Amino acid sequence: MTESTMKPPKKVLSPVNWMRQHLFSTWYNALLTVVVGYLIVTSVGPLLNWVFFDANFQGSDPSDCSGAGACWLFINQRLNFFIYGFYPDELQWRVDLMFLLLAVSFVPQFIERFPGRKWLGIFGMTGLPLIGFFLIPGGNFGLEQVESTKWGGLMLTLILAYIGIIASLPIGILLALGRRSEMPIIRGLCVVFIEVWRAVPLITVLFMASVMLPLFLPEGMNFEKLARALIGITLWQSAYMAEVIRGGLQAIPRGQYEAADALGLGYWRKMGLIVLPQALKMVIPGIVNTFIALFKDTTLVLIIGLFDILGTVQSTVTDPAWQNVAVEGYVFVAFCFWVFCFGISQYSQKLERKLDTGHKT
Amino acid sequence: MKKQTIDSRPAGPKPWYDPRVRSIFFQVVAIALVFWGGWTLVDNTLSNMESRGISTGFGFLEESAGFGIIMHLVPYDATMSYGRTFWVGLTNTLLVSAMGVVAATILGFVLGVARLSSNWLVAKISLVYIEVIRNIPLLLQIFFWYFAVLSNLPSPRQSVDVGGTLFLNNRGLYLPEPLTQDGFGLVWGGVLAAIAAVIGIRIWAKKRQLATGQIFPTFKVGVAILVLVPIVSYLVAGRPLEWEIPALKGFNFGGGITIIPELAALWIALSLYTASFIAEIVRSGILSVSKGQTEASKALGLPHGLTLRLVVIPQAMRVIIPPLTSQYLNLVKNSSLATAIGYPDLVAVFMGTTLNQTGQAVEVVAMTMAVYLTISLLISLFMNIYNRAVAIKER
Repeated sequence: MTESTMKPPKKVLSPVNWMRQHLFSTWYNALLTVVVGYLIVTSVGPLLNWVFFDANFQGSDPSDCSGAGACWLFINQRLNFFIYGFYPDELQWRVDLMFLLLAVSFVPQFIERFPGRKWLGIFGMTGLPLIGFFLIPGGNFGLEQVESTKWGGLMLTLILAYIGIIASLPIGILLALGRRSEMPIIRGLCVVFIEVWRAVPLITVLFMASVMLPLFLPEGMNFEKLARALIGITLWQSAYMAEVIRGGLQAIPRGQYEAADALGLGYWRKMGLIVLPQALKMVIPGIVNTFIALFKDTTLVLIIGLFDILGTVQSTVTDPAWQNVAVEGYVFVAFCFWVFCFGISQYSQKLERKLDTGHKT
Repeated sequence: MKKQTIDSRPAGPKPWYDPRVRSIFFQVVAIALVFWGGWTLVDNTLSNMESRGISTGFGFLEESAGFGIIMHLVPYDATMSYGRTFWVGLTNTLLVSAMGVVAATILGFVLGVARLSSNWLVAKISLVYIEVIRNIPLLLQIFFWYFAVLSNLPSPRQSVDVGGTLFLNNRGLYLPEPLTQDGFGLVWGGVLAAIAAVIGIRIWAKKRQLATGQIFPTFKVGVAILVLVPIVSYLVAGRPLEWEIPALKGFNFGGGITIIPELAALWIALSLYTASFIAEIVRSGILSVSKGQTEASKALGLPHGLTLRLVVIPQAMRVIIPPLTSQYLNLVKNSSLATAIGYPDLVAVFMGTTLNQTGQAVEVVAMTMAVYLTISLLISLFMNIYNRAVAIKER
C-alpha cells in the first residue's frame, strides 16, 4: 500500500467529546436534543412494554390474552391462514418448496463471493416461475389441482409481485425501445401507451381488469379473477418499467450506437448485444425501486376481492372472537413488508455502490 | 448501349433490405394491428353489452342516483343525478389531494432537512421515520389509521373536548365554522388590497435596490401589512363574523365543520407516506449543491440565512422539482385508495356505487380515467412551467 492510498487514521472521540460535537454543538441543538430525547424516552418505554414485556406469546385461545400488551398469540394461531390462504393443508409442501427455491435463488445474491450466485439468479428469473407454474396450481404430473380462488396470504402476495415483475420486464424493454424508435408511428403508439397507464391509479386499472376485461373478450372466453388482476398489474407495471429503461438507453453515449452501426450490426443485434446490456446494468437500482413499489402495491388486490396477506389479516381482525387485535395484525403485516422492502432496497444500494464506476462527478 | 446504362447503375439494396421500406412496412403493420385490435375490442364489447342488456351512451348521467353520500362539498342529496355524484366524487378527490400535497410538502421538507441536521439524534430519528414509513404499503397505513386508531376514539358522548369549541370522537373531528355576516365584503376587500400593496412594494423595492443598492425590509413590512390591514378592516366593518360552535344534539354533534374519520385517516396516511419520499428528494437536492458553492458564499461574507436562501436552495430546487412533481402525482393517484375505507372520492362514488347501479362500465371507467389523466397532465404542465422558470439559464 503506497502512502497516497492509505486512509487517514480514524478519529476516535471520547463519549463526552462525541456528545458535545453531535448533540450539544449550539444552544438550539442542545435544546432540540433535550426535547427530542425526552419524547423518545417517554415513548419507547411503553412501546417496549406493549411489544415484549406485557405481551402474550403463549396460549391457544383469546382468553389467554391479558390485554395489557400485544396479543401475539393471535398471529401465532392464524399464521397458517396468513401465509397460505385457503390452500389445502396437506398440499402446502408445494408452496413451502417454492419458498425454499425462492430463498435458494435470491438469498445468495446478498452474499459476495457465493459460488455460482449468478446462475442461481438466472434460475430464479427463468426456471423458478416455470416450476411454480406447474407446482402451485397442480393439475399435471399427478399433482392434485388447487383452484386459484384458494390461493391467498403471503404466498399470493409473492406470486403477484413475482409474475408482475418477470412479465413486465420484457414488455417494458420493448416499450422503451419503441419510444426511442425513429419510426414516428411506433414511437407515438408507445408514448401514448406509457403515458396513459402511468397517469391512472392502479386501483382503476384493477377495477377495469375485473369489470371490463370480460366485456372486451369474445363471448365464451374468460379468465379467472387472479389472471385478470395479473394482466392489469403487468400492463401497468410495464409502463413504469419502460420509463426506467428509457433512462438507461438515454444514458448510453451516441458513440456506442454508431460503433455498432459501423460494425454493420442490424437493429436487434445492436440493441441486444451492445446497448441493452449496458443500459440495463445502469438502471438496476431503478428496476429494483419499481419492484419495491409494485410489491407494496400488490396489497390493492384486496379491493377487488383477492386475499393477499393484507386481505387475510384484514378479514381476521374483524373476527368477533378476538377483541381488538387490529393493531397486532397490522403490525405483523407491516413487519413482513418492511423486511422484504428494506432488505431489497439495502441490496440495491449496495449494488449501486458496487456498479458505480466513478465516472459521475 | 441500353444494356450498359442499366449495368452501370449501382445496385441498390433489395427492397426488403432497404431501411426506409422496412420502416414504412413495420409502421403500416403496427397501424393495422392497432386498428384491428381496437375494432375487435369495440365489436366484442358492443356484442357483449347487447347480449347482457346493458345500454350505452351517457344518458345515465341524467338519471336520479338514489343513494346518499356521507360527505359532499357541492350540494347533494339522493334525488340528484349520477352526473352530480361524479362532481361530488371529483371535488372530494381534489380536496383530499390538496390537503395531502400541502401537509406532505411541509412535513417532507422538515424531515429532509432534519435528516441532514448536525444534531445526531434528530438526523437518526428522521432516518428511522423515512426507512420505516416508506417500506410499508400505503393501504396498510390507511387501514391502520382508520381501523386501529380513529375507530378506537371515544364515542360522541365521551368525546375529547378542547376548550368547548373543538371536539374529537369516533365520528370525526368537529371544528367551529366561521359564518360571514353582512359587511364581510369589506374584509375581503382589505385582504385583496393588502396583497396588491405587498406585490407593489416588492416590485418597487427590487427596482430601488437595483438602482441605488439600498435594501428595503420587504418581508417584515409585507407581513405587517398582511396582518394589520385585514384586522383593521374587520374592526371597521363591525366584526362581521360569527362562529358556529358544534354542539351535542341527541347521539351526534351538529353544526360547525366536520372532518369525517375517513377523510382524516386518508389525509394522515397519504401525508405521512408521501412525506417520507419527499424527504429523500429534498435531502438529495440539498446534497447535490456542491460544497464549493456554500464556501464561496461564506467567503463573500454572506450570513448563513442568506447563503441558504440565495445560493443553496435555488440550486437545490432544480434537482428537487422534477421528482417532487412525480410525488404529487402519486399522491393524487393514491388518494383513490379512499375506496378501501369508504371515503367518498371519485373512485368510490363513481367507479364503485354508480357503476354498480348503472352497469355502464365502459362510460364510467372512461370518465374516471379521463379525470386522472387530466389531473396528471395539468400537474406536470404547471410543474414544467415552474421548472423552466428555475432552470439554469445558460448561454
